[in-house]
Amino acid sequence: MQPVAETLAEPSQDRTLVLNMGPQHPSTHGVLRLVLEIDGETIVRLRPEIGYLHTGIEKTCEAKFYQQVVPLTDRIDYLCPLTNNLTYCLAVEKLLGLEIPPKAQWMRVLMNELTRINSHLVWLGTHAMDLGAFTVFLYCFREREDILRFFEMVSGQRMMTSYFRIGGLALEPPLGFFEKVKKFADRFPGNVDEYEGLLTGNPIFLMRTKGVAKLSAEDAIALGACGPTLRGSGVDIDLRRDAPYTGYENFKFNVPVLPEGDVFARYVCRVQELRESIGIVQQALAGMPEGPIKADAPKVVLPDREKMKTQMEALIYHFKIITEGFTVPPGEVYQAVESPRGEMGYYVVSDGTAKPYRVHMRGPSYANLQTVAKMCEGRLIADVVAAVGSIDIVLGDCDR
Amino acid sequence: MPIPPPITDIEQLKTHPALGRLLDSIGSAVQSAKFDRDELTIWIDKAFIREACAMLRDDRACPFNYLSDLTGVDWYPSEPRFEVVYHLLSIPKKERVRLKARLDGSSPAIESVTSVWPSANFYEREVFDLFGVRFTGHPNLKRIMMPDDWEGHPLRKDYPVEGYR
Repeated sequence: MQPVAETLAEPSQDRTLVLNMGPQHPSTHGVLRLVLEIDGETIVRLRPEIGYLHTGIEKTCEAKFYQQVVPLTDRIDYLCPLTNNLTYCLAVEKLLGLEIPPKAQWMRVLMNELTRINSHLVWLGTHAMDLGAFTVFLYCFREREDILRFFEMVSGQRMMTSYFRIGGLALEPPLGFFEKVKKFADRFPGNVDEYEGLLTGNPIFLMRTKGVAKLSAEDAIALGACGPTLRGSGVDIDLRRDAPYTGYENFKFNVPVLPEGDVFARYVCRVQELRESIGIVQQALAGMPEGPIKADAPKVVLPDREKMKTQMEALIYHFKIITEGFTVPPGEVYQAVESPRGEMGYYVVSDGTAKPYRVHMRGPSYANLQTVAKMCEGRLIADVVAAVGSIDIVLGDCDR
Repeated sequence: MPIPPPITDIEQLKTHPALGRLLDSIGSAVQSAKFDRDELTIWIDKAFIREACAMLRDDRACPFNYLSDLTGVDWYPSEPRFEVVYHLLSIPKKERVRLKARLDGSSPAIESVTSVWPSANFYEREVFDLFGVRFTGHPNLKRIMMPDDWEGHPLRKDYPVEGYR
C-alpha cells in the first residue's frame, strides 16, 4: 500500500486525458474537486483537491471563549451539527472534570441518534439520486423534515442547533416533545421498509452498486477509513460500543458489519444503522430519567433566567461567564465519538485560560476521502459518482 | 468530580502496552510520558518517530494499526516551539495512545510516517500547510487547505486572527 504520490496536472501517457470533476458538480456533494486522468471511460488516476470550503474554524476557536466555540462546531458538519456539539462539549467537560446529570446524558443520546437518522436520510436520498433513483429522495426528505421539526422544538433552530452546551443542555425539552418523537419512532421502521422496497432489490441499483468501488479491510485501515466505510469493509469497530461516551453503555444495539467492501455493503450498513438508531431512540424514550439538565457547576454553566433575574449570586455568575468566560485547568484531551460518517475527534488543548489554546477537529470525511482514489482507479467514470456518494462526504467537515 | 493529578513516572506507566513496547525496544527515544484524564501521552525523540510508529503498528500483542489523527501545536514563543501530535488507535484491542514529538522553531522538520500509514498523507500536508512543519520523505508535500501561492502559515500563533497580515 503506497500513499498517493503526486498532484495530477499533466496526463502520463499520450492516450489519456486529464479531466476536472467539480468543484461545481452536482454529484460531488459540495465543493469537492476530483482531478481524473482518463483513458476513454476508464479512470487511470484520481486525485482529490480540497480546500474550497476552508474557513479557518480552528484558528477562530483560539480567539473565542470556550462556550463561544459551541456554535462554531455546528458549522463544521452541517448534516450532524449535534454530533459536533457533543464531541466538543465532551472534550471540554473531560478537561474540566464535570459530571453530567443522567437526564442530560439520555437526551444527548436521543438527539444524537435522531441526528444520525437525519444525516443518513440525506445521504440515502442523494446517493440514490446520484444513481438514478429520484423517488427515494422525496421519501427521505419527508422523514427528515419531521426530525428537523424535533430539532426546532428543543432548540428553536432546524439545523444549527447548538443544543448541547458545556455542562449539559441549553433548554428543557418542551411539553409534548417525547410523545411526538415516540410517534415518529413507532412509524419510522415502516418508512425504512419503504426505502428498502425501492432500492434493495432494484436491479438497476444493484448493478450500479454491487462489486463497485471495492475496498479491502487492510486498505481501509491503512488509508484511515472510518465509520460505515470501514464497517462495510468488514472491520468491526463502533466507538459507541467500544469506547462508550455519554451513557451509550446503557443501550443495547447491534453493529452491522459487512465483509464485501463495495458500495452496496456501505448502503446495507447505513440502512441497518437506521434501524439500530431508531431502536436506541425507543430505549432512550422508554428510560428517560427525571432530574436536572445541567451540571451543578455555577462557574461554568449559565444560571436559569429566573434565578438570574432574582438572585444576586446567580447574576454575578452570569455576568462573569458572559464577560470573561471560565478558566479550564491546563491539559489536553482527545475525544472521539461515532458520528454518522465515522470517528469524529476533537483534540482540545488548554493552557489554563478562558480560551482554548488549540482546537483540532478530526473530520471523518477528511479521512474517508483518501480512500476514493483506491476505490476508483481502473473503473469507469460513472463509478466515481457511486464511490463518492458511498463514503457520504461532507465538505464542510473535510475543509473546516 | 475532581481531576486526579497526572502520573508522569515512567515506572508506574510501564504496564500500558504502547509504553512497555517502546521502552523494551527503543528506550532511549522515549523522553517522557504522562497519564492525564485517562489518556496516555508519550514524548518521542523526533529522530525516532517513524521507527516508533512502525514498531507500535507491528506490535503483535497490541497492534496500534490505525492512525486516528495527526496534528500540530504551536507553543510560540517558547522553545522547542512546535509539537507534532499523533493519535493512534488499536482496532483489535480498542486502546489509544498519543505520541508527541517536539520540534524547534527555526526550521521545523520531522520524518514523515506516510510509509507506516498511507493515511498520514493528508494530515501531514495539513500540518505543513497550516504550521509550516516539513515532513521529510513525504511524497507530495504541498499545501492542501490554503491556495498554493499563499504566504505564511495560518495556525501559527504569531499569525494574526484578524486585520492585515
